[in-house]
Amino acid sequence: MHTKTIAQLSAALRSGEVSSVELTTLFLERIKQHNPALNCFISITETQALEAAVAADQRLKAGNGAPLTGVPIAHKDIFCTQDVKTTCGSRMLDNFIAPYESTCTASFRDAGAVMLGKTNMDEFAMGSSNETSYYGAVKNPWDQGRVPGGSSGGSVAAVAARLAPAATGTDTGGSIRQPAALCGLTGLKPTYGRVSRFGMIAFASSLDQAGPVTYNAEDAALMMNVMAGFDERDSTSVEREVPDYSANLDNGIKGLKIGLPKEYFGEGLDDNIARVIDAAVKEYEALGAVVTEISLPNTGLAVPIYYVVAPAECSTNLSRFDGVRFGHRCDDPQDLFDLYTRSRGEGFGAEVKRRIMIGTYVLSAGYYDAYYLKAQKIRRLISEDFHAAFEKVDVIMGPTAPGTAFKLGEKADDPVTMYLSDIYTIAVNMAGLPAVSIPAGFVDGLPVGLQVIGNYFDESRLLNVAHKYQQATDWHLQLPKEFQ
Amino acid sequence: MSVDQSDITKVALLARLKIDEADIPQYVDNLSNILGLVEQMSEVNTNDVMPMAHPLDAAQRLRADEVTETDQRDSFQALAPQVESGLYLVPKVIE
Repeated sequence: MHTKTIAQLSAALRSGEVSSVELTTLFLERIKQHNPALNCFISITETQALEAAVAADQRLKAGNGAPLTGVPIAHKDIFCTQDVKTTCGSRMLDNFIAPYESTCTASFRDAGAVMLGKTNMDEFAMGSSNETSYYGAVKNPWDQGRVPGGSSGGSVAAVAARLAPAATGTDTGGSIRQPAALCGLTGLKPTYGRVSRFGMIAFASSLDQAGPVTYNAEDAALMMNVMAGFDERDSTSVEREVPDYSANLDNGIKGLKIGLPKEYFGEGLDDNIARVIDAAVKEYEALGAVVTEISLPNTGLAVPIYYVVAPAECSTNLSRFDGVRFGHRCDDPQDLFDLYTRSRGEGFGAEVKRRIMIGTYVLSAGYYDAYYLKAQKIRRLISEDFHAAFEKVDVIMGPTAPGTAFKLGEKADDPVTMYLSDIYTIAVNMAGLPAVSIPAGFVDGLPVGLQVIGNYFDESRLLNVAHKYQQATDWHLQLPKEFQ
Repeated sequence: MSVDQSDITKVALLARLKIDEADIPQYVDNLSNILGLVEQMSEVNTNDVMPMAHPLDAAQRLRADEVTETDQRDSFQALAPQVESGLYLVPKVIE
């Protein structure tokens, strides 16, 4: 039962083959068994989960269940969940019991989904390896000496090890897609503004977007049907009709125009990864798609401008953590200045401090135009590259990450090398586009992800394109040995 | 672009972050490297380019100036490190 998709679990719950209490108990037991090794969860919400499962079973019995009613899922610990500890992977919020519920998790709660717990993550979502968490690194279920990717590392490792059938994540520069690629899952970053950011602890507000982590595209569609939608409490939420993401999964893709950006296949890409991506593209050609080479000339600038825009926004957002109203406060402050600086110095870890410092520097008097304004201008150039490409093609494909999962500690001391591992994912956030990573093969026993980028609000097409591939291949069905 | 120890001290002050003296050299290295990466921006001509603040170029949505939130002072203050009579307490600011 633990290897089933949420679509299959939903059917099993409806037919009475299994109850939500049975399913929830099964996954809670798996979490207890494997979490000590993998460290996927910061909080396990057993009592609330079993209560929600009982309620879901009653709702199903009464015949008014929604598709996810009774299905257990995990939430990244970046979403505020009322009366449940919400840490964002930081010592700063180690004592924070959220006083309200995020719109995203409320949607799942209202749909009857059962929250198993809150997943581990890089501190304040800043990281690509899940090693910056105050609660320790998460291990990759495919090789426990390696990272799961980040920042949604706990969500992704939990689903890959079948400790949860699906999970939520967030993606500011690749934080859903890169770990999904490194752990062999389907991870979707929706269009900016598609899923509400209300109650999702802010990192870089013009880039952050929540999305699903699942076994396959069909499950991602079910998750999106719950998550997507306008929310007046998020000022950047987009007022636009939400399609049924499951409706077009089976559409044919004959004649689909695929663009391959030459900049995504050049220097820095591991040859073995390139071969896997080539084979995936050939599979699409066999399914009737037409492939053309395109150019996204400003690709190389995406990482540099990200490390201006994201830290600038993070230093602003994280100024709210001051030790006064909530969060960590240092012992015995001598004066207000001492209270601020020591509370923040103790509450934040090394990577978060580094990014606050960069952000403060680039926004400081005399530097704003040279850094932040310049970066926002180049951001438009990157965005225009995509606009031009989507005049010619329907979707853009390439690798999600330049390599497979790296060893724990391998890049931890070298921020710039770590940052460059997000080279293919960051431009998508800069432009605000949707993109999905799907399993496309293996190199030395480690999963490789194919990234499919779509035009604004084209999530339905992305899921259709992913689904057709998953019907023709079985990469997404592979399980790490210890967790079968 | 590289930064020196005095830049780090100044930025840490602006950011209200206490940083150990011993860690300053590492901040100098890290920040200089990151700013070196960022330096590539200067090669791009952006004279006629409008900065992009929002991915969809959307304008800020406005709403009527009405009270929409309920008073939750007690539940919010339950999270605070130190409160008294409904007030947040900090060390004495004015002598």
